[in-house]
Amino acid sequence: MTHARAAAGSAAAGADATTVLSVQNLSKSYARLVAVSDVSFRIARSEILGLLGPNGAGKTTIINTILGVLAPTAGTIRIGAFDVARQRAAALARTNFAAVYATLPGNLTVRQNLSFFGLIYAVRHLRARVESLLEQFDLRTLGDTKCGLLSSGEQTRVALAKALLNSPDLLLLDEPTASLDPAAAQSIRRHIRTLAQQRDCGILWTSHNMYEVEEVCDRVLFLSRGRLLLEGDPRRLPGEHGTRNLEELFISLAREPLTHREGSPP
Amino acid sequence: MRLRPIAGIVLRQFYLLRGSPVRVLPMFAWVAIDIVLWGFITRYLNSVSAAGINFVTTLLGAVLLWDLFTRIMQGVTTAFLEDVWSRNFLNLFATPLRISEYVTGLVLTSLAASTIGLITMLVLATAFFGLSYLALGMLLIVLLLVLSCFGIALGILASALVLRLGPASEWLVWPLPALLSPFACVFYPLAVLPHWMRAIAYALPPAYVFEGMRSVLGGRTPTIAPLVGAVLLSLGYIAVSGYLFGRTYRYAVRTGLLARYSAETVS
Repeated sequence: MTHARAAAGSAAAGADATTVLSVQNLSKSYARLVAVSDVSFRIARSEILGLLGPNGAGKTTIINTILGVLAPTAGTIRIGAFDVARQRAAALARTNFAAVYATLPGNLTVRQNLSFFGLIYAVRHLRARVESLLEQFDLRTLGDTKCGLLSSGEQTRVALAKALLNSPDLLLLDEPTASLDPAAAQSIRRHIRTLAQQRDCGILWTSHNMYEVEEVCDRVLFLSRGRLLLEGDPRRLPGEHGTRNLEELFISLAREPLTHREGSPP
Repeated sequence: MRLRPIAGIVLRQFYLLRGSPVRVLPMFAWVAIDIVLWGFITRYLNSVSAAGINFVTTLLGAVLLWDLFTRIMQGVTTAFLEDVWSRNFLNLFATPLRISEYVTGLVLTSLAASTIGLITMLVLATAFFGLSYLALGMLLIVLLLVLSCFGIALGILASALVLRLGPASEWLVWPLPALLSPFACVFYPLAVLPHWMRAIAYALPPAYVFEGMRSVLGGRTPTIAPLVGAVLLSLGYIAVSGYLFGRTYRYAVRTGLLARYSAETVS
């Protein structure tokens, strides 16, 4: 059995109370392009799953389908007990995300953005929640600053604060530390790690920083050209595949012809 | 539909207005300029006309009503375009917000902003040019209702067009009211139109509004049936445009158009 099939098997078996996200046989194709092909995986509570792959591998397509802004060609996505296709509002009420390419409106202040999105997510005790998030992400002094005037690092912190507004069961983070300096990135990683453990929150994390992935993720999925190639513990996978570290494994997988890997044993 | 997400959409627009004089000014300025311009034109026409027609009520009243319709349409579209301009689709549509809640939020925002414009126009037209809108009596409420509903419908349709055709298509939707105005018979009776134009006019609720207005101001009793028909027709247009917006949204989700809208942010 290939690793990809093993991942599919674990997704099918994982529809229990501890599963916050279950993706089964997900495919997305456009007229002449297969963006994602038959991908299955699941995320358990308190688990941080790394979604890795070269540019164009299909990571953002998977995130967009989970967020309901892109309809899959085939497959099902369940967030908790809710099917994203049929119970979109209930599923997304338990989800949130932050991505470098989805900055919050720059013409609203930090506090206004959090209040606006807080209402949309129907957050209770919104004012207190906003102030608490401003405190958590060291944004109190920037509360009345328009988001468009913030540095990219500050914008990332605001996006993360927005992503936690509704205390989500599932958090999707697309390169959350891409624009942060090493100290700020480490602080954010610790914050997210603590969040996953304390709040029972499942996290899907994409990053091109393999050292970060090793530090943060409990499990990783390797994706290439829309297909799932490998699944496993980021600290053990390099040894299992004869590479010195995760970065080397990433490079070898990214360069390898897809058909070769599919036929080879784990 | 849930109230809090709708309130969120309205609050966002309120924040934008509160912090931006360039958004507040057009709510008063353009309608005020229209009323002043047409106020003087009607005053001049009254002075040179021997027929004893009061152009203030017929022409200025028509300008006021048409401006209201245009404001409402553009109010819905502008509120939608704020999300296009700030590349906010991914953030917005990845929330539990329902399309009906989003569109309702846009409509409420537009109605609130247009009410301010309407009050400005009424004050100016009444105080400076002697427009007696009370001459229309209870009919005024029906006329405002029809124009508001049709403005909402056209605004939702214009937003659907921008969603479908991309951000640059906003330049296609701004002139929509001007495109309809010859058929809406704002300044002249329906009877002067050639047959083919009349056929189109019958499908447009504003044509009934301006016909009704001219009837009352001409001392005739307005026929109720066409106005009731206009109310139903404009409500029907809201339903159709809402359906088309929902359908366009689903198309955008299916084809990746919605994701590409935000993907433009990384290019």
